[in-house]
Amino acid sequence: MTVSSPAAAPPAIASGSLPELAGVFWRSQVTDRSLQRTGRLWTLSTVAHTVPFVLAAGVLAWLRPVLAPVSLILLVHAWVIPELYAARGAGVLRRPRRRDHPAEPVALGLLGDLVDHHARELHARTRLVLERGRLGTWLVGEAGAVLVRPGGRRVHCYCVKVPDRQLPPSDRTAHLLLALRTDETGFATVANLAFSGARWRLRRRLAKDVREALDVAARYRAAS
Amino acid sequence: MSRLVRMDQTGHTTVAEWTAEDPVAAEAAVAAFRAELDQGYYAVVSEGEGHAEQVRELPLDAPLVILRRPIAGG
Repeated sequence: MTVSSPAAAPPAIASGSLPELAGVFWRSQVTDRSLQRTGRLWTLSTVAHTVPFVLAAGVLAWLRPVLAPVSLILLVHAWVIPELYAARGAGVLRRPRRRDHPAEPVALGLLGDLVDHHARELHARTRLVLERGRLGTWLVGEAGAVLVRPGGRRVHCYCVKVPDRQLPPSDRTAHLLLALRTDETGFATVANLAFSGARWRLRRRLAKDVREALDVAARYRAAS
Repeated sequence: MSRLVRMDQTGHTTVAEWTAEDPVAAEAAVAAFRAELDQGYYAVVSEGEGHAEQVRELPLDAPLVILRRPIAGG
């Protein structure tokens, strides 16, 4: 599959790949290796955002103790910036406010047919579908998905949806689930990465029921 | 009985039903399938956790074929 080089015409999409890849032909295909690289870059970026503030706070407090309040503000900055990124990641699993779609029971029935008993139970509690893939374990929601990497320490949060506001919530989830099953790396390529970082950082920003799903996903091993 | 269903605003709609013993129903299902693809839907046969196959021709032996809309990064 070649989708890395920009060209005037989108390249042909390999058989078995998501057809949506044609819409993002300039993106490199996500692979296990590229996810590792992305994770390292996000960590580096977090360090670059926080270390200067921490250093400046230390230097200021050391040079002029009277500037301790300024140091404190700098430390707050160092703490807030990674939290804002994590909050953006948590947003991909946030449920839209509209809840009462008349067709939701019908859509829920179809989604239930697509997953096993454990995934159905988890979905009933958290509204998220757990799906094991080769890249890790996925949590799929209505408007995004979180990939928990093998080992359970790092997560990648993706913003991805079916652009049809009229669909019931479970249908939206089913759309994403079927696309993920069709082509996992293609799914990760089409989706927009909102956050990559430590699972604990994301977990703190999630609603209580969603935390449970994240914990379950971290315990699963990736499919072979 | 095999089914072709479309995920839509009603939850899902059964577009066609057929059996291997009923060629007329199968032919109608194939026509309906092509019409849905022309409307921009993608057809998927789910094969359990982690596996699904996108199809461009109606697999008459599949028990359930699902039509979905394209997805996009949010």
